[in-house]
Amino acid sequence: MKILVCITHVPDTTSKITFTNDNTELDKGGLQFVIGPYDDYALARAVEIKEQLGGTVTALNVGQQETEPTIRKALAIGADDAIRIDAEPTDAYFVAQQIAEVAKAENYDLIMMGRESSDYNGGQVHGMVGEMLGIPSLSPVMKLDIDKGVAKMAREIEGGKEYLEASLPLVLGCQEPIAEWKIPNMRGIMGARKKPLKVITPTNNDTLTTPESYELPAPRTDVKLIDADNTAELVSLLKNEAKVI
Amino acid sequence: MTQTLTEAEIKKSTKQDLFESPDFYGIDDLLTEEHILIRNSVRDFVKKEISPIIEDCAERNIFPEYLVPEFGKLGLLGPTVSTDYNPNGGLDYISYGLMMQEIERGDSGMRSTVSVQGSLVMFPIYTFGSEEQKKKYLPKLASGEYLGCFGLTEPNHGSNPSGMESRLEDKGDHYVLNGAKMWITNSPKADIAVVWAKNDEGRILGVIVERGMEGFSAPTIHDKWSLRASVTGELVFNDVKIPKENVLPGVSGLKGPLNCLDSARYGISWGAIGVAMDCYDTARRYALERKQFGKPIAGFQLIQKKLAEMLTEITKAQLISWRLGVLKNEGKATTAQISLAKRNNIEIAMNTAREARQILGGMGITQEYSIMRHMMNLESVVTYEGTHDIHLLILGHEITGIQAFR
Ligand SMILES: Cc1cc2nc3c(=O)[nH]c(=O)nc-3n(C[C@H](O)[C@H](O)[C@H](O)COP(=O)(O)OP(=O)(O)OC[C@H]3O[C@@H](n4cnc5c(N)ncnc54)[C@H](O)[C@@H]3O)c2cc1C
Ligand SMILES: Cc1cc2nc3c(=O)[nH]c(=O)nc-3n(C[C@H](O)[C@H](O)[C@H](O)COP(=O)(O)OP(=O)(O)OC[C@H]3O[C@@H](n4cnc5c(N)ncnc54)[C@H](O)[C@@H]3O)c2cc1C
Repeated sequence: MKILVCITHVPDTTSKITFTNDNTELDKGGLQFVIGPYDDYALARAVEIKEQLGGTVTALNVGQQETEPTIRKALAIGADDAIRIDAEPTDAYFVAQQIAEVAKAENYDLIMMGRESSDYNGGQVHGMVGEMLGIPSLSPVMKLDIDKGVAKMAREIEGGKEYLEASLPLVLGCQEPIAEWKIPNMRGIMGARKKPLKVITPTNNDTLTTPESYELPAPRTDVKLIDADNTAELVSLLKNEAKVI
Repeated sequence: MTQTLTEAEIKKSTKQDLFESPDFYGIDDLLTEEHILIRNSVRDFVKKEISPIIEDCAERNIFPEYLVPEFGKLGLLGPTVSTDYNPNGGLDYISYGLMMQEIERGDSGMRSTVSVQGSLVMFPIYTFGSEEQKKKYLPKLASGEYLGCFGLTEPNHGSNPSGMESRLEDKGDHYVLNGAKMWITNSPKADIAVVWAKNDEGRILGVIVERGMEGFSAPTIHDKWSLRASVTGELVFNDVKIPKENVLPGVSGLKGPLNCLDSARYGISWGAIGVAMDCYDTARRYALERKQFGKPIAGFQLIQKKLAEMLTEITKAQLISWRLGVLKNEGKATTAQISLAKRNNIEIAMNTAREARQILGGMGITQEYSIMRHMMNLESVVTYEGTHDIHLLILGHEITGIQAFR
């Protein structure tokens, strides 16, 4: 099995997010970056499949030098080697092109990604990469087993689950509970720097979208307690203040 | 009594552990990328494996024995031992310190289990043991297949171990061990014990005693109010026949056990920072959320003074331990320097815990928060590995050249 895992380098999920430059840019000051949570599940399952069936796991990130500690964590967790495409990931189409370009040359059996990035939450890169390579892409995959070149999967669908099979090669967007996150052990951490991390230049730079601005969700307000007997007030608040009925 | 239930029998808390450590002086900039990843990985492990179970373990006096192999898998047991005997080994002392900080942030009892195994059992075998002893014991201790303990303290000799009564009698082709050890972390569950006893000439030697040897027992000490998730016991030796190859060949005299204690105390100086950080972080969050007199209590000067002083002391303690770690890496840290760090950092942790508990008002005494458990744990930490006052006397001796112990 030859597996490619695409990882994002994103602010820790507990970080406080702010914007600069007239709300068009993320303020990175003081943020701690981690492997995207969904990508972390994909990586964990990829490492398990490798342990079970043999083969290699390559971790890939489209990003600038600052992402290398995050890439090395993927190596510490169990990827055998890594590729960094040295570019600012400006949008999903740009990222997908970069990944597809590498994948064309390498013939991976599986390309595993997160169901969506946890910074911009597009949920698009896997679909685009599948299209660019002319192979199926599926998301969100929550269970994956490989049996003689066939992937058996469970996918989350509205109100239920779908069980399906597909032959390799495939592009998958993954989510829990496909595997449990792995915490790297000391041996993995100390060995990560000895594993190859190849830096390659991006092939072209098509970016199809430009963000106009960002807006934070409204801060949560205090709860209002209403007496159980006073349904009239409850209905009135839901209607006039919360505007949900 | 200390129970050892399986994982399934322990109540798991659903409360999310949101701990974040303060780094007011940018000490992370003094660390390598690997150090930071080690610290973060141990923190993730603690949040996943220790925080959810620790209140129940402490309340019901349960030693979560099933975690020992998990500590081994992650590489927390004997990380400074070379990779010849520990696949997760070969780490420096800053890495070791950061691990202790994070584990003790979770619980001092868990840190005790880990630091006894690493600094008091694996360290002496690694430093003073024969090649056969190292090959036989170190890999199993590193993986957590074996649990070890360290027997120095006796019922009549705590602060003054040189007065020990345990005897190792030479019988030609073997030794016979007699005596008793007291207050021994891990002992009732340990597979091996590194025990210090006097030979016929009155020299202190270290021997490896294995569970199951005839005449050897390890009863539990019951009803502790401190380190309740760690198991503590005695070691009783009644004419125990010890093969000669179980003696540690590389050392004789008190410097054997004292060397081990230097390594463990260094780790405890970091562990205490972890406790202080946890109490500070809890108090800071609580003070921002809790409202009295129409505003968050964090807005009152007296609360701010408490928080500011906690952060100041934590920052000083971090710098002390970081610098001591560099000295340890260079092989230059002295016993007196280590005494200063252990003594100072535990004192600031105790003060931080007390102030933090008060910031939480009534809530501070409940199991909802870790502070009261930390406070009770610190009563052991300030006593073992040299009491607070004994470290003061070590410093006094260093300053004046005059011994005030006796
Ligand atoms: C510094 C910076 C600047 C940015 N500027 C812009 C901008 O100007 N305009 C804009 O629209 N977006 C911008 N982005 C967003 C960024 O391009 C998207 O996160 C990325 O393109 C993925 O898009 P997405 O959210 O649709 O990913 P998704 O489609 O949600 O990602 C799905 C999966 O694809 C994989 N993947 C996604 N991105 C990468 C990557 N970089 N490397 C490897 N694998 C990846 C992961 O496995 C991920 O889980 C920026 C991001 C950063 C970090
Ligand atoms: C939970 C726990 C776990 C432990 N684990 C281990 C272990 O794994 N292995 C091990 O060998 N030991 C262990 N110990 C023992 C610990 O190291 C001793 O308790 C400690 O050294 C103090 O000895 P003591 O209890 O006999 O007190 P004492 O030595 O009797 O001291 C009592 C008081 O007298 C003071 N004092 C003593 N001498 C002087 C002096 N000269 N001048 C001024 N004051 C003095 C002390 O500071 C202290 O305040 C553990 C203890 C506890 C509580």
